[in-house]
Amino acid sequence: MSATDTTQDLSQLQDTFREGLEAHGWFLPTLGNGVIGLGPQAEDVVQGIAAAARKVAARLSPDAGTRRLRFPPVNGTRLLERTDYVASFPQLLGTISAFEGDNKAHRKLLATYEEHGDWSAQLTPAGHALVPAVCHPLYAYLEGSQVDGSVFELVGECYRHEPSPDPMRFVTFRMFEAVCLGTPQEAREHREKWLEAGTNLLSSLGLEVQADTANDPFFGRAGKLLSAGQREAQLKFEILTEVYPGHPTAIASANLHEDHFGEAFSMHTADGAVAHSACFGFGLERVALALAMRHGFDTAAWPATVRQELGLP
Amino acid sequence: MDSTAIETTVRSVLGQHGKLSEDAGTIAADADLYRAGMTSHASVNVMLGLEDEFDIEFPEERLTKATFTSINSITEAVEAINND
Repeated sequence: MSATDTTQDLSQLQDTFREGLEAHGWFLPTLGNGVIGLGPQAEDVVQGIAAAARKVAARLSPDAGTRRLRFPPVNGTRLLERTDYVASFPQLLGTISAFEGDNKAHRKLLATYEEHGDWSAQLTPAGHALVPAVCHPLYAYLEGSQVDGSVFELVGECYRHEPSPDPMRFVTFRMFEAVCLGTPQEAREHREKWLEAGTNLLSSLGLEVQADTANDPFFGRAGKLLSAGQREAQLKFEILTEVYPGHPTAIASANLHEDHFGEAFSMHTADGAVAHSACFGFGLERVALALAMRHGFDTAAWPATVRQELGLP
Repeated sequence: MDSTAIETTVRSVLGQHGKLSEDAGTIAADADLYRAGMTSHASVNVMLGLEDEFDIEFPEERLTKATFTSINSITEAVEAINND
């Protein structure tokens, strides 16, 4: 089979899967390219995975439940600068614009709109940006503080500007994250512990998964250097499953940031050293879709153990 | 440009962008720069700074941690690219 055949084969598998998800009410259309609504069965599964993840957190990091924080999907544009996101992933970010004009500007806006022109080009940056990773607002919140290896639990929306025909790739999606800030050893242990527990949870749901080293899609030539460094130091692991046979897709990841965020947000440990951090995240929609591919679109027909684990009605 | 001159410029770029905990002017030429405090993001700025100073472009196969690991390794890479 040639490479072209494999690509055609893959896009056919993606089309078939998307059509199935639409036909069975898992995917609901929206007007946004790559933006998908979820039907009741899909949403039950997403909620079930988040609940199962919270149970893992209660076992691994008993205090995490007392540090369950919520940050909205929008933050200040400054956040993208402080996390180096603008430098590392400009291709994925999104900012918000708003109308701040007067009556005259409004007339111009309406005229453009009536001519079916791009009225949005007349808006002004609002100073707000969409959050690309659920843990980023946490670091800004903890800025300047002393951390002690505590684990924080977060669920929220992420935005990545990468519309794709692959139903596994969402422009906006939810992530469950368990984030540890502390000494280098505490961060590393958190990553190891969660990588194992996350793999076990996904296996117990009937998925065939494996963990592998990975790199983030850093932008451009500078990104090549960052990707190579990340892989070499084994900072990122992904848990992969073959939603499409022969094509592994990441459904969870375990990341060591070393002192990147500790440095950027002046966080330190009791000994005065710059804090290290690590996060583990489940892509909630991706896990749900992997389960649909594995067990079918009718959750009532899923194995009893899986239904029980996810608390499905 | 001989290797001494290249090394001097490399040290100056490291001083500006390397975030080293030691003096870039006196750190041993074979010292591990990452151990001396250069973060991966700092290494990107070092790379871009070197490209500007020497008017070169690091080829993709040289965009690795190994290239930027010490003053010696950087100097060697710059010389090799100049000779290409």
